[in-house]
Amino acid sequence: MLRYFLKRLGGAIPTLFIIVTLSFLLVRIAPGGPFDEEKSLPPEILANLERAYGLDQPLWVQYASYLRSLLHGDFGPSFRYKDFTVTELIRQGLPVTAEIGAAALVLALGFGILIGVIAALRQHRAADRAAMTLAVAGIAVPSFVVLPLLGLVFGIYVHWLPVAGWEPGSIRHLILPVIALTLPPLAYVARLTRGSLIEVLQRPFIRTAFSKGLPLRTVVVRHALRPALLPVAGYLAPAVASIMTGSLVVESIAGLPGIGRYLVQGALNRDYTLVLGMVILYSVVLIGMGLVVDLLYAWLDPRVRFER
Amino acid sequence: MTDTFWGAARRRLLANPGARLSLGIIVALVALAVIGPWLNPNGAETLDWSHVATDPSMAHAHWFGTDRLGRDLFVRTLRGARVSMIVGLVASAVSVSLGLIYGAVAGYVGGRTDDVMMRIIEILGGLPLIFFVIFLTVVFGRNEYLLFVSIGAVGWLTLARIVRGQALSIRRQEYIEAAIASGAGTARIIYKHVLPNVIGPVIVYATLAVPQIILLESFLSFLGLGIREPRASLGTLIAAGAGEMEAAPWILIAPGVFLTLLLMCLNIFGDGLRDAFDAGGRR
Repeated sequence: MLRYFLKRLGGAIPTLFIIVTLSFLLVRIAPGGPFDEEKSLPPEILANLERAYGLDQPLWVQYASYLRSLLHGDFGPSFRYKDFTVTELIRQGLPVTAEIGAAALVLALGFGILIGVIAALRQHRAADRAAMTLAVAGIAVPSFVVLPLLGLVFGIYVHWLPVAGWEPGSIRHLILPVIALTLPPLAYVARLTRGSLIEVLQRPFIRTAFSKGLPLRTVVVRHALRPALLPVAGYLAPAVASIMTGSLVVESIAGLPGIGRYLVQGALNRDYTLVLGMVILYSVVLIGMGLVVDLLYAWLDPRVRFER
Repeated sequence: MTDTFWGAARRRLLANPGARLSLGIIVALVALAVIGPWLNPNGAETLDWSHVATDPSMAHAHWFGTDRLGRDLFVRTLRGARVSMIVGLVASAVSVSLGLIYGAVAGYVGGRTDDVMMRIIEILGGLPLIFFVIFLTVVFGRNEYLLFVSIGAVGWLTLARIVRGQALSIRRQEYIEAAIASGAGTARIIYKHVLPNVIGPVIVYATLAVPQIILLESFLSFLGLGIREPRASLGTLIAAGAGEMEAAPWILIAPGVFLTLLLMCLNIFGDGLRDAFDAGGRR
């Protein structure tokens, strides 16, 4: 098991290295510098600015020093938020994003699996059809349509919840954003669970379990669910990607001070170091999630551990 | 053989009521986007100062109401839908061609080439591609052509994998041996024999790629990173509507409903298509 994990980890590190190198190079070969404004700066000031940010050094020196500071968890200074380093901005925003993201992931998995199991056990009946129709809607309707509509109904028409805004520690402000983030992965998980559970329930070992006289509940929970959850485990990394993507718009709409909003602002302001740092951060999270999925796979399906 | 394969797939597709209804709605929405703007007397960028942010009504020819600048939302929604649909089609075409060629080459050539090409896919698959698209728009500015390419470049990985799998099995067929024996080159065999034989899954995938790409484009436009004013796509219209929700909810509702309906129908139709091909695809 440990060997298997180390092997996967060994595969992840070069990927991360390639991402960092590629993104770094992309930023540097981009047409136009970070200090291009509507009014062009006097050459002396530009030269001073470039020296201050180390941009006058040869490319490989810049690259080496960026890598070195990355290893210390330092993403460099932000080009637009003066007096802030990217690391500081991330430290401010990450807790909010992580909070709504984790809540959305847990809710999507919990309810998605529950709905999927119910639909599978009532295949082709009304509950199944209703659930699957809603699932298509959940997958198709984008969060940036859902969230304003939720705000319209619950915030403006019935005044139950705030439409947007954020207060430290206030759960009420997070309810609608979390719902909007949860729906797409929830719908997907429900569909995956239903499909694979239906398939697993037709396998011989399930017939054996039933013929032992076990009740349906035990068969599903003890025998069928574990193999049926394999595709769901595989979907975990895309689910996190979908939630992270969703949090970009959700944070912008709801006015939450998370890193998603910083990324969008950074992109609009062409804040190179900020966007570079965010892309690397998101990559680390996704690759880390991929490793978690590998471990889950090994746990759910022992055959994986002995492969190759 | 081919006739019965396609015929059977079509029969199964048309026997699926959800897919049939979705196809009907898709056709209607496309027709509306193409001819709709001419049905209404208002222009897409005409400012009607006597009707600023008015609600929908048949009385003043603003059937979906107007926005903050008095622009007609019926015309703007349909024009925006047109832009979204074009981006969806072009970017899907980019993505499908890339995946098709890449997958066919990797699968047919095989060996070390295949290993390297699949390793690249694996690495790209581990990247947060949407963030790279955002990154590209930052680096190269907000160029609409680049938008097509970068959105298209995101979606081709899955297709390349599917096509490669198919090509691997096709490689061992006798007609390929016959083609090699008669002196055909690798490029010709891929073009003439491999590509036509993987077309079934490709059609299904392309249909399912279109809604994803439309969603992605709207997403970027919503954030202000895609299509720019005065041109509009469904994403920019929804963004404008979300800001005016309290006073004028119809500004959000018209493009929001259009986009939702389009995406849902494309997804249901794509699922139906996949089911129709799947049953016949297992030879």
